[in-house]
Amino acid sequence: MLNTLLPILLFAALGLAVLGALRRVAMWRQGRASKVDLIGGLFAMPKRYMVDLHHVVARDKYIANTHVATAGGFVLAALLAILVHGFGLHNRILGYALLFASVLMFVGAVFVALRRRNPPARLSKGPWMRLPKSLMAFSVSFFLVTLPVAGILPADFGGWLLAAVLGLGVLWGVSEMFFGMTWGGPMKHAFAGALHLAWHRRAERFGGGRSTGLKPLDLNDANAPLGVEKPKDFTWNQLLGFDACVQCGKCEAACPAFAAGQPLNPKKLIQDMVVGLAGGTDAKFAGSPYPSLDGRGKPIGEHGGNPHQPIVNGLVDAETLWSCTTCRACVEECPMMIEHVDAIVDMRRHLTLEKGATPNKGAEVLENLIATDNPGGFAPGGRMNWAADLNLSLLSEKKTTDVLFWVGDGAFDMRNQRTLRAFVKVLKAAKVDFAVLGLEERDSGDVARRLGDEATFQTLAKRNIQTLAKYSFKRIVTCDPHSFHVLKNEYGAFDGNYVVQHHSTYMAEIIGAGALNLGQHKGSSVTYHDPCYLGRYNGEYEAPREVLRALGIEIKEMQRSGFRSRCCGGGGGAPITDIPGKQRIPDMRMEDIRETGAELVAVGCPQCTAMLEGVVEPRPLIKDIAELVADALLEDATPGKPSAPAKREPAEVH
Amino acid sequence: MSTNVISLVSIGAHPTSGRPRRAEQDARAVELGLQLAGDKLQVLHAGDIAEPALRAYLGMGLEQLHVLEQALGADALPALTEYLRGAGVQVVLTGSQAETGEGSGMLPFLLAENLGWPLVVGLAQVESIDGGVALVLQALPRGQRRRLKVRLPFLATVDNAAPKPRQSAYGPARRGVLQADEVEVVDDELLAVATLQPAKPRPKRLKVIKAKSGADRMKAATAKASGGGGQVLKGVSAQEGAEAILKLLIEEGVVRQG
Repeated sequence: MLNTLLPILLFAALGLAVLGALRRVAMWRQGRASKVDLIGGLFAMPKRYMVDLHHVVARDKYIANTHVATAGGFVLAALLAILVHGFGLHNRILGYALLFASVLMFVGAVFVALRRRNPPARLSKGPWMRLPKSLMAFSVSFFLVTLPVAGILPADFGGWLLAAVLGLGVLWGVSEMFFGMTWGGPMKHAFAGALHLAWHRRAERFGGGRSTGLKPLDLNDANAPLGVEKPKDFTWNQLLGFDACVQCGKCEAACPAFAAGQPLNPKKLIQDMVVGLAGGTDAKFAGSPYPSLDGRGKPIGEHGGNPHQPIVNGLVDAETLWSCTTCRACVEECPMMIEHVDAIVDMRRHLTLEKGATPNKGAEVLENLIATDNPGGFAPGGRMNWAADLNLSLLSEKKTTDVLFWVGDGAFDMRNQRTLRAFVKVLKAAKVDFAVLGLEERDSGDVARRLGDEATFQTLAKRNIQTLAKYSFKRIVTCDPHSFHVLKNEYGAFDGNYVVQHHSTYMAEIIGAGALNLGQHKGSSVTYHDPCYLGRYNGEYEAPREVLRALGIEIKEMQRSGFRSRCCGGGGGAPITDIPGKQRIPDMRMEDIRETGAELVAVGCPQCTAMLEGVVEPRPLIKDIAELVADALLEDATPGKPSAPAKREPAEVH
Repeated sequence: MSTNVISLVSIGAHPTSGRPRRAEQDARAVELGLQLAGDKLQVLHAGDIAEPALRAYLGMGLEQLHVLEQALGADALPALTEYLRGAGVQVVLTGSQAETGEGSGMLPFLLAENLGWPLVVGLAQVESIDGGVALVLQALPRGQRRRLKVRLPFLATVDNAAPKPRQSAYGPARRGVLQADEVEVVDDELLAVATLQPAKPRPKRLKVIKAKSGADRMKAATAKASGGGGQVLKGVSAQEGAEAILKLLIEEGVVRQG
């Protein structure tokens, strides 16, 4: 009897799965067009899955092994089951292979179930709690119905009752695994995830690459939407990416805004986007809600939407979008390689460019950027006041130089001026041929862009590129990771391609070349705080540490350092939009710093300096790497040939 | 409530960079106008239609902005007077003083005189408009407000007590239409012969604190800066009144004798 029932069940489920897949594809296609290599992507997908995605998942060995067993077992078992039970190929070898696959899958399912016994808060519950049971139902049922095929049991073993029970088991299994995969069950992540990997909008991320620059808006096309208002304004592969979310909550665990009690949870945001693309309400969301100030979380089920309805104030509150510091911790952690920050900035663009609804100081900062080229609204003529006594060469006079020192807007900030002056001291000590743009420099456009004001960003970028085109230089060096990132990764879209280095990278280079005569750092123990825009955005974790080691510093690493570094709270215009939370992000980071017992924290970013110095004393000291290097410089001694100490003639006494 | 409102706008200049922008007070006039009349608000500028800073007003969500085309140095007063006379408007809002050009702050007064309309200086809020009469709040120093009843049509200037202008957004600024109206250009002869020089900040009156105790100092620091020696003249003839005023002006050094 099972011999007739199984093919029907299998093919019915597969047929329904195909229908579901078509329906899902139609949902994604509501999005806007996107240039993707469709065929090449599909061919590249297995490697992206096995290598790139596995790299991320393998940070958690437990779940990586579990997933290999479960997914590997399932794919094998499903294919074999279709052959053996669907097409009736009752071959003993195939039977044994299917037995092995279902055992493998069962073992995986047991570990999934163990993880779900006491699940951490980041994991979604609801239908996800059912998944290990479904996995077991699938694997156990197919194991048992395959025993006769392998010749271990007689074909009519167990009679009607067992056949009925197994039939039900198979029904449950294939419903979850085939039907549920395309109709929105937990297994949707496998179907959408595979296609998302194939058609990812940042294909450069695979194969060890990095792609972190925001994608430009086409402002010349008057019909193109300015950012994303409704779910259908996303590109279709962004919608597909949202659908790939497996709700593991790694993003939630890494998000500084979530930890600070600001109303953002990256996982919930992505799920809200899924609600937006499929239509409905968020009532079925079974994870942590957006935090609220009363500590209970924003109620679930009150928000809803569909592809043609504005997202903000229907599906998502604006303050959720403005809580993000664009630190990219969520993107870094996401095993599905979903691009949360892109989506957030896309939606911010609509709010700023169309609605004029940048919160708090946002409007003022953007107006200042337009009228004065700096966010503080300072008189542009004062941009070089910090270096009034330093006698710096201007590129407008020199025309050509080795190193163009990009000063950044920190020029207007008294604290950051100390860093800038320290770095100039280092450059001079190393006898570097360098120059600055002086009054010709403008804000890089970083803050404008993260606040969604693509128009102001592009104006600033184009003017800067125009200025840079007038001169010849070998590289740009800057103390500001935000300028660094924008110049290096985001000006390229406007034909501004330069060699750009963060000052820590450059200092590591000149120290390595022996151009500096350095003493040792004296006294206090030191930890290092990785800036997001240097680390996660640009992969530079080593150079700052190298510089610190060259000063004889043994870094007391924080638990969250390197690619897991926690944001200072200063990125993405977050200090400007200033969405209230239960605590401040820099306070949490300072707690991380205190845990190491270090008395001094080395930083490499004016934003981090400002945010961390904003933490009330007593707290560890905050010093930029350039300041530490400048402090350790041994003056009046040329490297290589230490000058003999001047001998004083002994005074003769008669 | 459908009120016919026109906001007059000019080109501003950023205080530190001097670059053209929407003028702060004029933007407040637009904001107040939008709150009063919504989509029906008309915004009017006399000057160069090609000035990009005008789009910053459109960015506040206006569909169009009327421009009475004039060259630099032309007198805006006759053109504005004529336009407003024929516009069938009930309320005209404008900033107190322009950030560029002459910036004398005289335009609202001259305009009101030409039109024969009442002028409210420092409008903070319009409470109601009913039966040809508006109930408005006028801003006084130190956050005080005076409730005024004004008959329509009237002209009002706004200053920093008026609501903060909304953000100017790129999308509406790009879409909005600048509508040119041709007007007779009248050269501003007074401006043509005048020489302009940078303004000097007005000297501040020194506050002499004679307090002996801490409590007195506190009082001096927090109390209203009152004229103190003020004098109310009642029931005197015009001649006597004028003499008293002249005497004070001479005492204060405003008018020099001889």
